[in-house]
Amino acid sequence: MLLIACPHCGNRPETEFRCGGQAHIVRPVDPAALDDQSWSEHLFVRSNPRGVHAERWCHSHGCGRWFNALRDTVSDRFLETYPAGAQPTRSSEITSPEVPATVTQSTVTQARA
Amino acid sequence: MAQPFRTSRGGRIDRARPIRFSFNGRTVEGYHGDTVASALLANGIHLVGRSFKYHRPRGILSHGPDEPSALLSVDRGPGRVDPNNRASVVEARDGLKTLSQNHWPSLEVDVGEVNDLLSPVFVAGFYYKTFMWPRKFWDKVYEPVIRAAAGLGKAPVAADPDRYANRHAHCDVLVVGAGPAGLAAALAAARTGKRVILADEGPEPGGSLLHDLTSQVDGRPAAVWLAETLTDLDARENVILLPRTTAFGYYNHNHVALAERVTDHLPAGGGQAPRERLWQVRAGEVVLAGGAHERPLVFSDNDRPGVMLAESVRVFANRYGVLPGRRIVFATTGASAYRAALDAKAAGAEVTLVDLRLEADCGAEPAELRAAGIEVLTGHTVLGAKGRKRVTGLVVAPIGPEGRIGASRLLSCDCVGMSGGWTPAVHLFSQSRGKLVYEPGLDAFVPGTSAQAERSAGAAKGTYDLAACLAEGDAAGAEAAGSQERRALAATPTATGFQPARVMPTNADPTKVRAFVDFQNDVTAKDIKLAVREGFHSIEHVKRYTTTGMATDQGKTSNMNALGIVAGQLDKTLPGVGTTTFRPPYTPVTFGTLVGPARHALFDPIRTTPIHGWAEAHGALFENVALWRRAWYFPKPGEDLHAAVARECKAVREGVGIFDASTLGKIEIVGPDAAEFMNRMYINPWAKLEPGRCRYGLMLKEDGYILDDGVVARVSPECFHVTTTTGGAARVLAHMEDYLQTEWHDLDVFLTSTTEQWAVIALQGPKARAVIEPLVDGIDLSPQAFPHMAMRSGTICGVPTRLFRVSFTGELGFEINVPSDQALAVWEAIMEAGRPHGITPYGTETMHVLRAEKGYIIVGQETDGTVTPDDVGLAGMIAKAKKDFVGKRSLARPDVVAKGRKQLIGLVTDDPKVVLDEGAQIVADPGQPIPMRMLGHVTSSYWSANCNRSIALALVADGRDLMGRTLHVTTPDGFTTATVAEPVFLDPKGERINA
Amino acid sequence: MRRFSLTSLLSESLKGHQGWGRQWRDPQPKAEYDVVIVGGGGHGLATAYYLATVHGITNVAVLEKGWIGGGNTGRNTTIIRSNYLYDESAALYEHALKLWEGLSQELNYNVMFSQRGVLMLAHNIHDVQSFKRHVYANRLNGIDNEWLSKEECKAFCPPIEISDKLRYPVLGGALQRRAGTARHDAVAWGYARGADARGVDIIQNCEVKGIRRDASGAAIGVETTRGFIKAGRIGVVAAGHTSTVMAMADVRMPLESYPLQALVSEPVKPVFPCVVMSNAVHAYISQSDKGELVIGAGTDQYTSYSQQGGLHITTHTLDAICELFPQFTRMRMLRSWGGIVDVTPDRSPIIGKTPVRNLFVNCGWGTGGFKATPGSGHVFAYTLATGTPHAINAPFTLERFRTGRLIDEAAAAAVAH
Repeated sequence: MLLIACPHCGNRPETEFRCGGQAHIVRPVDPAALDDQSWSEHLFVRSNPRGVHAERWCHSHGCGRWFNALRDTVSDRFLETYPAGAQPTRSSEITSPEVPATVTQSTVTQARA
Repeated sequence: MAQPFRTSRGGRIDRARPIRFSFNGRTVEGYHGDTVASALLANGIHLVGRSFKYHRPRGILSHGPDEPSALLSVDRGPGRVDPNNRASVVEARDGLKTLSQNHWPSLEVDVGEVNDLLSPVFVAGFYYKTFMWPRKFWDKVYEPVIRAAAGLGKAPVAADPDRYANRHAHCDVLVVGAGPAGLAAALAAARTGKRVILADEGPEPGGSLLHDLTSQVDGRPAAVWLAETLTDLDARENVILLPRTTAFGYYNHNHVALAERVTDHLPAGGGQAPRERLWQVRAGEVVLAGGAHERPLVFSDNDRPGVMLAESVRVFANRYGVLPGRRIVFATTGASAYRAALDAKAAGAEVTLVDLRLEADCGAEPAELRAAGIEVLTGHTVLGAKGRKRVTGLVVAPIGPEGRIGASRLLSCDCVGMSGGWTPAVHLFSQSRGKLVYEPGLDAFVPGTSAQAERSAGAAKGTYDLAACLAEGDAAGAEAAGSQERRALAATPTATGFQPARVMPTNADPTKVRAFVDFQNDVTAKDIKLAVREGFHSIEHVKRYTTTGMATDQGKTSNMNALGIVAGQLDKTLPGVGTTTFRPPYTPVTFGTLVGPARHALFDPIRTTPIHGWAEAHGALFENVALWRRAWYFPKPGEDLHAAVARECKAVREGVGIFDASTLGKIEIVGPDAAEFMNRMYINPWAKLEPGRCRYGLMLKEDGYILDDGVVARVSPECFHVTTTTGGAARVLAHMEDYLQTEWHDLDVFLTSTTEQWAVIALQGPKARAVIEPLVDGIDLSPQAFPHMAMRSGTICGVPTRLFRVSFTGELGFEINVPSDQALAVWEAIMEAGRPHGITPYGTETMHVLRAEKGYIIVGQETDGTVTPDDVGLAGMIAKAKKDFVGKRSLARPDVVAKGRKQLIGLVTDDPKVVLDEGAQIVADPGQPIPMRMLGHVTSSYWSANCNRSIALALVADGRDLMGRTLHVTTPDGFTTATVAEPVFLDPKGERINA
Repeated sequence: MRRFSLTSLLSESLKGHQGWGRQWRDPQPKAEYDVVIVGGGGHGLATAYYLATVHGITNVAVLEKGWIGGGNTGRNTTIIRSNYLYDESAALYEHALKLWEGLSQELNYNVMFSQRGVLMLAHNIHDVQSFKRHVYANRLNGIDNEWLSKEECKAFCPPIEISDKLRYPVLGGALQRRAGTARHDAVAWGYARGADARGVDIIQNCEVKGIRRDASGAAIGVETTRGFIKAGRIGVVAAGHTSTVMAMADVRMPLESYPLQALVSEPVKPVFPCVVMSNAVHAYISQSDKGELVIGAGTDQYTSYSQQGGLHITTHTLDAICELFPQFTRMRMLRSWGGIVDVTPDRSPIIGKTPVRNLFVNCGWGTGGFKATPGSGHVFAYTLATGTPHAINAPFTLERFRTGRLIDEAAAAAVAH
């Protein structure tokens, strides 16, 4: 059972949490503008790396807050956890394949701007 | 004479406390402190079991948890019988009944022994090569025979009267193993004041110190130092000492699982105490000091009863005061057996020692033995053992130059102590995903790079010298506790070192030699060589093909020998062949320990509503819905489900019914952006919904399929009262929170689950208004002031309420939300007020029928995670003006808009009495060949007392185009016919609801 | 190939079994193959076998980074059944089941396919409805599956507790009598031996590190730890590692890899006659021919390549086992382990073409791939041989995630209301 450092509550056992899969996939501002291929990628394609993975967790049986984590999927060791909306300090260590190009945080920020 | 092999004195047994138990019906006497194995040996009993495949007579190999052969069924009383107990770890106590296993008709005379004669056929993997013809014989003949032959003991059949407990613990330092290294580690850590847990699998902490009669530690006899150390640890409040506790699993992030055996050793079964307890420890640091396992020697007939591990002979003699034989031959390839031989001699045995090593490769130990009057034959191999049910001799021979084997000599004996060296117990280290490295000097895999916050010490790390173990333990404990302090302890030097042998050299025809590697699974060196010959070169392949290392001991005594033989065959190094990854558990753990109390009501929480007790008192039967227990129907005396539901259904349509809807999920959505949030979450429009009005809302997952539904009331411009399905409440809140927190930072909204705060009493039927009118204050209930789909706040019976005028039945209806703690009083008051109107309580079954009569869907019944709003005819609810909502984009995918999707329709059976099976499949032509083209399936189907016929809802491909068509629906026996109709069976215009 | 038979076994037993040769060779990789299969599990080996036997394509290599059958093939709970709901899945798994029924004879290798029946228990009204839907659909698809009352369940599998004391009492069950188990390792070995005998090169300890593509973007070979190997067509059958391998060709997959755990008890005499599955309480159990109770747990919630999961997953599974079979609390867990299962969004496999020419994929079997092994290999061999999908795997495209034609068996069985 993993030990997960909720950014708001500290270390708690995994059974208090729900994993939400790959992090930093931002919902397109205008889904209708996406073609079927891009939309299906947004819905279904995940990086699934063998290595450091940015993923979402929710402290569902604790504070109820969503946050993100970098975890090595080979050793299951956490590199860091950080609040939703923040960027990881060790993002350079994330194992490609790739954050989806169509829906990165920066693209969306630009789109919103 | 009782206990003829008991020494006259010594040992840690309590000779003042004799005990008696039975073995195969025979009474065995022993002393408190004995294991079953030591007591059996004290009585000269060596033959204790039959092997898995060949039914060879087997004895006791070991004194500890690595025992592969001496497996007994133990009966501790009614319901307390279980198989495959290692005699070497079961503590003997009064009243135990033990039985040997895997033989017929008896242990002494076993028909299965014929397999031993057939052993030339029954080699590794023989079953892959035959039993294929005729084909049908596998299921009917071969497999049943194989299955009956396999499996050692018999599974328990009675329910287990014992209970099991579960405990979570945190500590700074967890020390596994209370031998010299573990004790030193625990002491060093404890001195810093850190919280320490010290767990040891034995009944008594001490490890090798418990049978070390000659070493000195810190200037005192080892036993004295042990006693002082335990007293010291015991006195410290920061130390938890857990005997009889096996650390069996090392999981992620220093989560270590321990199994504590609490009561099996107690005569009365321990009274109220649990039998076993699972400790789940989250440790800051872990020190692994689990010791090492001795390797058997691989020679012909090395499995004869009386042939055991050399160190085990020493343990039986020193710790238990039992001499396993009067004439003992020690056969070894290393130094440690010399100490065992000296101790056996000191305990009164006649002793000879045979060492494969040349004299020149030994240390001072041969001379020491000779000085004590023991014959030592160095440079000798073991050709084989004599005897069948008990060893009678060992055939040995000198090895000359170039390995030529000289004249053999028979050494008569009644016990053999063998030692092929030592294997560190790296199981937990490997489980922690630390990297093992092969250490050629030790011929062993030892802990390399750690993956977690742990360190190993002592024999578990390949350190066998006592002083070195103590020093390593001390350092490990101190380091784990973050201390710089070190305390060196002087100790008597230990003779160590061995020469790996793999298989003892022999001049016999190798195809005839039956030298066992895995005793329990009857795997011989020959089997392993066969596997290699057939191309199984990875050690994992060899294991799986021969089953070596797969028995209940998981290869503790056999893995290194097997690996060595494979490496030898392939002319590779051991690491070149690979080592197997160790998996939990270290030793077998009962399911009971792992389950703990999680049975029946504690398997999953049971949720009940405030009305639950009332429903029970009024004869309701209940059904499980998610975690809830919901009233299913309220039978009157003599009524079955059908009769009760028919009565309840009619009562609602003709008078008034009352229903406990408290399990509905409720979420309060509050904030300036509440309406915008609702717009994004639901397919419906919300901006123009006026406060005090309700709307039926439908919510999709991002993939476009229906997630949940429910009535939503706008309480105020910035507050919505949302309801969800019973099973969907948590899922919907999580779904909303996910979007709110991670996608829509721009929205100022708060979500609060109010499921437990509001109890909901549904009052449905033409007389509903008349019933509550006298009870309600502050709300004008007239149809004009309070129309269908309105919500008002006021009081009922003086209790504050959010009163919804909504209906899931198609009747005039109210859903009365009241604070849960006052709900029962309100319910009872309504029952009282309703009595003149014939108020009838109804359950979920009637609710289902009534809504089906109106064609209202139930998410999860009409929908199954692949259904869109249009599929169930609700596309009209989609707010056309909304640019986006969750799931909208997916509704435009090509296969979601294509023809041929299944659509919700009604089905009217041609025979009104036929009630279709829910789940029945629908076809156009029942005469078509198989596989048939299925159009859809029945989602809901009931007898409708109000329609006086059966009704059904179904999802059918392009069903809305098939109105009036006759289709064929499967029944248990064949097909029946039904006509496609609108999915509304009663009051299609919806007049009753607006009454 | 030396034929296995009682005669050959007996004659060898007189000669100390010295005459058995290797069951498959240990060849050096050639420079070029018509087809290279990445992944030496059951599916990959079966693919190679059928390429050789059905399509006559024998210039084939199976590349395995470790030892064959060492992934999910050797780690699953060996349950075989075909009573799936949707036509597409039913056709696929029934195709496999029919092949299982003659597999030992076909391979001349006893894979111990045991048709002892798989009983799926219903614990709530929703289960009952869902199982009946399966039973009816299976009947019309020609697949055996029958509904049993709880008393009939008890008669078929006497260890089951059917009292109302259970937190979720047994309400009945769906039984497929032709379903059962097989000896997982033997499946890999049998296919390997059969393929090898027909000329297929099975190359172990050979990890694929890259997929080479030409200027047009087509795949032309693989870079491996044993050098570059040219390939006419490449079939990736790498289970949990598929995302990683496909990324070498810049193909991103709708896959996530999760730990899946299983365990066995100590061996005991026959006590459990069939396979019992219970989705509602998450438990799968059968007894191996060796006598061990073989128990499957659920996946952990996070992706991982560690082949290790949390203890709470195991204990939760055993909670369910002991709830259904209370007499087993005194049984002991002997060994537990984890596999890496690749899961698609609709939990159905992907078998077919990829956006890269000459690169094909067979993946996404999630927690249930073992049962499909022969069928999966058979249709994938067809796809690799012809360049087009077999009718049976035609619906299982990568494309379906774009169009929305998902095959969501799990959703169809979803618990709700």
